[in-house]
Amino acid sequence: MLAQGALRELAAGFLQRAQFEALARQMCQLKALKELSVLRLFSFSSNRAELKERKRRARIFAEVVGWGNVLWHPAELIVYECDGYTVEKCPPELVVFPTSTEQVVGIVQAANRLGLKLLPRGAGTGLAGGATPRQGEVIVSLTRMNRIHAIDLRNQLAEVEPGVLNTQLACALEGTGYHFAPDPSSQTASTLGGNAATNAGGPHTLKYGVTVNHVRGLEMVTGDGAVLRVGPVHTPGELDLVGVAVGSEGTLGIITRLWLKLTPNPRTFRTFRAVFDTPEAACESISDIIAAGILPAAMELMDRGILHAVEEAFHFGFPPDAGAVVVIELDGFAGAVAREAEIVLQLCQKWGAREILEARSDHERQQLWKCRKLAVAAVGRLSPTYCIQDGVVPRTCLPQIIRDIQEMAERHGVRVVNVAHAGDGNIHPIFLFDERNTGEVQQVLAAGREILERCIALGGSITAEHGVGLEKLHLMEAQFTPTDLQVMRRVRQAFDPAGIFAPGKVVPEGN
Amino acid sequence: MRQRGRALATDDNVLSLLQRHGPSAELFSRCVHCGLCTSACPTYTELFDENDSPRGRIYLMRHVQEGRLPWGPQLAKHLDLCLDCRACETACPSGVPYGRIVEPFRTAVHEAFPPQWGKDRWLGWLFLAVFPYRRRLRWLLEPVWLAQRVGLFQLAQKLGFFRLLPGPLREMTSLLPPPPRDEGPLPEHVPALGTRRARVGLFVGCVADALFRHVHWATVRVLQQNGCDVLIPRHQTCCGAIHFHLGDSLGARHLADRNIAAFPIEQLDAIVVNHAGCGAMLKEYPHHWADEFHASRATWSAKVRDVNEFLDQLGLIPPPSPLPVTAVYHDACHLAHAQKIVEAPRRLLRQIPQLRLVDLPESLICCGSAGTYNLLQPQMAKKLAQRKLENIRATGARVVVVSNAGCLLQIMREIRLAHLPILALHPMELLDLSYRRQRPDFIEH
Repeated sequence: MLAQGALRELAAGFLQRAQFEALARQMCQLKALKELSVLRLFSFSSNRAELKERKRRARIFAEVVGWGNVLWHPAELIVYECDGYTVEKCPPELVVFPTSTEQVVGIVQAANRLGLKLLPRGAGTGLAGGATPRQGEVIVSLTRMNRIHAIDLRNQLAEVEPGVLNTQLACALEGTGYHFAPDPSSQTASTLGGNAATNAGGPHTLKYGVTVNHVRGLEMVTGDGAVLRVGPVHTPGELDLVGVAVGSEGTLGIITRLWLKLTPNPRTFRTFRAVFDTPEAACESISDIIAAGILPAAMELMDRGILHAVEEAFHFGFPPDAGAVVVIELDGFAGAVAREAEIVLQLCQKWGAREILEARSDHERQQLWKCRKLAVAAVGRLSPTYCIQDGVVPRTCLPQIIRDIQEMAERHGVRVVNVAHAGDGNIHPIFLFDERNTGEVQQVLAAGREILERCIALGGSITAEHGVGLEKLHLMEAQFTPTDLQVMRRVRQAFDPAGIFAPGKVVPEGN
Repeated sequence: MRQRGRALATDDNVLSLLQRHGPSAELFSRCVHCGLCTSACPTYTELFDENDSPRGRIYLMRHVQEGRLPWGPQLAKHLDLCLDCRACETACPSGVPYGRIVEPFRTAVHEAFPPQWGKDRWLGWLFLAVFPYRRRLRWLLEPVWLAQRVGLFQLAQKLGFFRLLPGPLREMTSLLPPPPRDEGPLPEHVPALGTRRARVGLFVGCVADALFRHVHWATVRVLQQNGCDVLIPRHQTCCGAIHFHLGDSLGARHLADRNIAAFPIEQLDAIVVNHAGCGAMLKEYPHHWADEFHASRATWSAKVRDVNEFLDQLGLIPPPSPLPVTAVYHDACHLAHAQKIVEAPRRLLRQIPQLRLVDLPESLICCGSAGTYNLLQPQMAKKLAQRKLENIRATGARVVVVSNAGCLLQIMREIRLAHLPILALHPMELLDLSYRRQRPDFIEH
């Protein structure tokens, strides 16, 4: 198991010391002080040699970014051993914090010289292990590149560094009448660079599109230390390099600047929550709404299990016996929205919605969205560890997959709760378990794999917005043909000939 | 000075202490590692290093407690930098009680490595033997106040004499506000005006009593106006927060026991506190020590109310006189995050006629005061204070309202250093001015 292997590696130095310590303790009891000091010396020296070597490598990066921007001591690297996906862990070799594009170039050159691999990381809120090292890469944390360079409202464009938080941009845009449309649930903490690297989605991407639809240009440092600049002005006929880079999860280069498209705020919102007895009925109504030609801004599903966690966290007042709640937001001009609302209500009633309530104030609307967006992170109230899956099925297959998830979870004996960006067929079953129980971890991984295989069988995909990361690596071969993967490898080679970025991520290494 | 970890020598000692007194494993396992707390953490938003984020610190503490990581100076550095402002608790969707993790952890580490004050022994003495005793503190301050009144203090400051002092003492001299107007010692009992609506005890604390006695007087008068009999027991002492946050759990418990004995709890409707830091500590007595007095502490703590919370629940008698001034309210961490009191003080202030209360950006981010933090971690404290001042300045307010002694000192210092015409006041001072129909010189015409 990768996780165990990684753990073993991570703790190697410390475990060794722990053994010596245990011994030393026994000796202490025997008052064998002389031997003790010899042991101490030995355990120290083996560690010291390793530390010295590590520090030597760190010095080369420190020459580029300064000592204040390098972490090299093993105790400080531990927190970088995983991101929001905690099933697999591996500590990095070093962590460096560049503050400018030039420094990123310097880091890439240094890595090439030293034969080290690099892994870019934002806020580390990803849910698929995209920012988790595999073999002790050097993490390039972009969190200190966090300036908003320009907000150009007339051209509906924002120029930002990758470490700017999604909400930071939202705050800067407050009152301008514009917003940045992709709103992943982690938006209060995740960085725009991370959003671009994973092509993040979010509830409102149903109508407005995912991150790639909102990136007009980017600056990226490629594998040979060159600075590639694409957009923000495009020429017909040019290759869509933005499309290639966005969603590449750091395998093609390190994004150092982004030009983002700003979207005018809608004139009016109407936000409903419809309570259903079963998730299947909820899914049917969602399918019908889309089939009726209505495109809501967002259409979100939460099942009974997750509602309990949400209710405990935010006390919103969802009925405790609800089978599922669908949050539907319509936006646009008041007249059009009113007409759409009528149809939406009819369709929900057709599928037996028990009650449909509209948010009466902006405050209530905000609260409702807070509940939905923080729902996943509130499951700590239900279980010590969770693993969230991210798959897509054609909308019409939603009731089917929801039934299948339940059945698979029961078969593997694991607990599961569901949230979904149901409007675009994006499911997020969340498994609840305890990472200290290895048997349970295996069951969760097996069930997760089965669900994603089912998604593929139903004509969907293994990831909608979380990315491939470490978690879905083994499913890439099921999703894509060997030719697809071969072309991806070649593209990757074009950007990163020496293969120094995120080795072994996203596209499995060919034979 | 605090919990300087020295690796190896007593790893086993730390471990066994952590296993006995450290945070319970259940609290750790509530953290699902989502990272949504990071952007709420003042130190993370300054340093952007995950070791200095709540998620990172929990991860480190968990590793140490589970014996997977030896305690060492690298870890001590990151934990010392934590303000314990608990903004992460407000941000956490899973309800991880960060304070209840970091505080017992610090205590256990403190027990394993009793702080080596070394040449800073005087500082330990100052923190643990002078500050918590309001009379001793006053004796210490009287000569300083005298020096301030005759201008000697300011002269020494201008000539740069204080720069020769050791770091923390230098910070103290710069934090010290001009001598407060002395309204004399508080009586033991103040009767209600009009119909009696409640009978309360007032907790006066230590530093708060020495430096902000005028705030206590204002609080007493406001409570009086609102029909409260106020009892101010003489034998009460410091809440114990200084000891506790420096990791001296035993010292804190002695003070807690003295406080519990000092208040005739069965005769009181509430124990009212007007400074957030003390209030949070008093309310958390039962969480801190699980011994045979747990139940009595729990009944005592159940009666503790922040003065804003208390007046808001009681129903404030609207203050009569207008105070036409633009004010911002800064959320003290131990009020907003530890006690979850955000709206009550704002509701009270809005009842003062003609007072314009505007929103303060980043109001929920710590000002860097955090108990003794600004003395021990002056660099980070300074960064946060400047950020706070920048936000206050941007609103154009004339008055910043703060319900905590530490924040008041910190913000007052920044205002003094920047020579800004802004006043930092406690909400009770504003209410008191309005009740007494005063027209102070800061009002706008």
